Amino acid sequence: MQWETVIGLEVHVQLATHSKIFSGASTAFGAEPNTQACAVDLGLPGVLPVLNEQAVAMAVQFGLAIHAEIPEVSVFDRKNYFYPDLPKGYQTSQMYHPIVGPGEVEVTLDDGSSKRVRVHHAHLEEDAGKSLHESFSDGMGHAMTGIDLNRAGTPLLEIVSEPDMRSAKEAAAYLKAIHSIVTYLGISDGNMAEGSMRCDVNVSVRPVGQAEFGTRAEIKNVNSFRFVERAIEFEVERQIELIEDGGKVVQETRLYDPERDETRSMRTKEEANDYRYFPCPDLLPVVLDAAYVDHLRETLPELPDEKRARFQSALGLSAYDAGVLAASREMAEYFEAVKEACGDAKQAANWVQGELAGALNREGLAIQDSPVSAPQLGGLIARVMDDTISGKAAKQVFQALWNGQGANADEVIEAKGLKQVTDSGAIEAMIDRVIADSPAQVAQYRDAEPDKRGKMIGYFVGQVMKASHGTANPQQVNSLLKEKLDALC
Amino acid sequence: MHDKTLTELAASLAAGEFTSRELTEHLLGRIERLDGTLNSFITVTPEQALAAADAADAARSRGEAGPLTGLPVAIKDLFCTDGVLTTAGSKMLANFIAPYDASVVERLKAAGTVSLGKANLDEFAMGSSNENSAFGAVKNPWDTSAVPGGSSGGSAAAVAAGLAPAAMGTDTGGSIRQPAAFCGITGLKPTYGRVSRWGIIAYASSLDQAGPMARTAEDCALLLNAIAGHDPRDSTCVARGVPDYREELDAPLAGLKIGLPREYFGDGLDPEVERAVREAVAVYESLGATVREVSLPHTHYAIPAYYVIAPAEASSNLSRYDGVRFGHRCENPSDLIDLYKRSRAEGFGEEVKRRILIGTHTLSEGFFDAYYKKAQQVRRLIRQDFLDAFEEVDVLMGPASPTPAFDLGAQKDPVSMYLQDIYTIAVNLAGIPGISVPAGFVGKRPVGLQILGTHFAEQRLLNVAHQFQQATDWHLRRPQLVEESA
Repeated sequence: MQWETVIGLEVHVQLATHSKIFSGASTAFGAEPNTQACAVDLGLPGVLPVLNEQAVAMAVQFGLAIHAEIPEVSVFDRKNYFYPDLPKGYQTSQMYHPIVGPGEVEVTLDDGSSKRVRVHHAHLEEDAGKSLHESFSDGMGHAMTGIDLNRAGTPLLEIVSEPDMRSAKEAAAYLKAIHSIVTYLGISDGNMAEGSMRCDVNVSVRPVGQAEFGTRAEIKNVNSFRFVERAIEFEVERQIELIEDGGKVVQETRLYDPERDETRSMRTKEEANDYRYFPCPDLLPVVLDAAYVDHLRETLPELPDEKRARFQSALGLSAYDAGVLAASREMAEYFEAVKEACGDAKQAANWVQGELAGALNREGLAIQDSPVSAPQLGGLIARVMDDTISGKAAKQVFQALWNGQGANADEVIEAKGLKQVTDSGAIEAMIDRVIADSPAQVAQYRDAEPDKRGKMIGYFVGQVMKASHGTANPQQVNSLLKEKLDALC
Repeated sequence: MHDKTLTELAASLAAGEFTSRELTEHLLGRIERLDGTLNSFITVTPEQALAAADAADAARSRGEAGPLTGLPVAIKDLFCTDGVLTTAGSKMLANFIAPYDASVVERLKAAGTVSLGKANLDEFAMGSSNENSAFGAVKNPWDTSAVPGGSSGGSAAAVAAGLAPAAMGTDTGGSIRQPAAFCGITGLKPTYGRVSRWGIIAYASSLDQAGPMARTAEDCALLLNAIAGHDPRDSTCVARGVPDYREELDAPLAGLKIGLPREYFGDGLDPEVERAVREAVAVYESLGATVREVSLPHTHYAIPAYYVIAPAEASSNLSRYDGVRFGHRCENPSDLIDLYKRSRAEGFGEEVKRRILIGTHTLSEGFFDAYYKKAQQVRRLIRQDFLDAFEEVDVLMGPASPTPAFDLGAQKDPVSMYLQDIYTIAVNLAGIPGISVPAGFVGKRPVGLQILGTHFAEQRLLNVAHQFQQATDWHLRRPQLVEESA
């Protein structure tokens, strides 16, 4: 039987506010446990939440970026459950009236095709704390668990998609698109390793052609693009096998274990909590007037879709190049700075995606951590374009800049003597010496059929380039050599 | 000294008749002698009180005294107080020392008042008799076999017994007005959002409201001046100017239109209480007011709606008492669930558990629409009843409670206890202000007249109450305490 996969994602994005969503405590990552939790975050008696306006603005900006409806009124609800890292015994979230209504995201797949994924809504909520299970003891041999509430109250935007994705690749591409939008907007650092972005994946399968959805499983807290793909692939295979073996998929919550590359059951529907949602009486409904929303719309930066389109239309890049370069704000900003410095979009695109991307990949570095700055790279390209150096020498210059040997391309070229020799007199002298030193090769050349000679010239080119330490202009070497050798025939 | 009102004490302090330290020492002495019987305080803070009194005296000598400087108050033990035990009347918080002041406490401190200590209350403010305190029941100073009312029973009893000239209470379903009525003092529940809830241990957040309890309306006005107004730490606290509540106290009542809600004079109302209330209304007529009957047709839904909404919010608000971070934790829990179950089973009293269970049930899936949602719809109707009535009259009047204070231990059945709040609860659902003033006695036990106004009509209510107190002397009566007569 042919199976179709149906996937929906709930993406949790940690918003880059300075303080928490309902308190003034800092949201900085990596502090000592419980040093960034105030009385409100600890849920001490009598404390009350006050909504962080920056979190509201960021949520609305996201909504505008995905062309979503922004309802005039949204309401915070309490989601009640007991867990030690949930200090108040409820999470303040938005169940019935979220801040962002239906919208859509344009997703680009690896083959360059694109697809629209609908967003059902996005809502604001507070994060919980963290349980620390490792190496706690009460001194009497009992294992204990520590609680770190630094993360409690960190603002999250939960973005809930429609079940519009049909493959693991589409899901990963959607997640990348969301990542790209939130980092462009600057509303999240998008750091998945630090948990700034994580997602729950809903997966089901159904026979191709069937209209109704199959029973879905929810995979919790997946925190990388790669794991999303692998978790879905595993889960799809598991569900198909299960059904084909005569079994039934049960609605349950599962966990993806990257070490064993499998999903495991966490709890079934029967064990699910009854969250007893109700409107939080401590917070007034959030009312957004049109002027406020318009103001935020005006402050939106150029977004990935717009940037991609501009790269194609105004800079003449291919759809593929434009897509890669516009995928992240850092990448796009770097590329545009290189383009500014060298004056040629195509060359800038080639270098950023070629030499630079390769080097970054090898070292596992992000573009914002590149040892070669955009002005440095642009300067280097400019020297290739004005024939100061050869393409080959350019690679040496790049490596030197990467290693921090020199402030800019000119300095490296100067220090290493890589300036291309374009003086035909000097080149001719070198050619004459090579010809004089290679009587056997010259004889072979002379004896060869004229149409074979083209290939044989490579030897002489190599010798001349060697003699010039790579600084001779290859085109000039080529044409002068041909001239001189042919004169000997 | 202890028979004086706040206003009189302020005048005496200003005139140099005695110092705040002398006054504070006198009241601390009375608490020491009398409160063993009454149990109106959970925690007395003599050192902090005397230090605050000395600071007040020093401020006065520098010419920096305000209207409340050096005046002692008692604080219901539901308000967090920095560095002082804050229990909410519960074993759950029997070891909780708050690291901050409630906004109300902060403002009272800033105004120079002297806190004598933390007044007893029904656990987490749940109750109408003060018998639900983990620290023991409070006794009514007028008759120690009677309850003082609840949940601000300790605050009411302390003021009535002359242990403190004024106290802070909170009112979620009548918890200021009913104990004020039972103890023969004046208690004001302001409009919801008029006074900050920051630092008040939450019972039912959409209903809780702090307010002053004192001998007179004038004193309540003085206190409300200090505590009312916007607080950026409480989103539900309204950003709206605060008038001087003493300004209109002397305005004449001629032309005042009083409405008597038909529903407040029906079955279950003690005839003696009704007589006292009607006599009080007659006093108003003699002052130039006109009286008419009005109807609040949804009144009989108030108690059911309240006992859906308040427990629902309470079940959520009280989830944080889980033994994990502060408060009571059971001994040697075997695992997490055991920790939760036993800490909460041991820490909470019966009434609190009852309301948590009711609230958990009404919010649960499948019941939410039938209970919580319906109750919120009823709440809107009740509020509309009041708004309609205030189109026709300036204030509403009726009894604060259907009976005078009942005997300790008399109300065995929770539902009959809940019915004690039949005249006060709708006011919280509507968010309007109400005041209870002494209006007579049934035997030894006081009767309270409740006066209601529309949202933010505190100034008018205080004026109407004050004029009554200018014409009558119920508020001047003092209980004869056992120790004093002996």
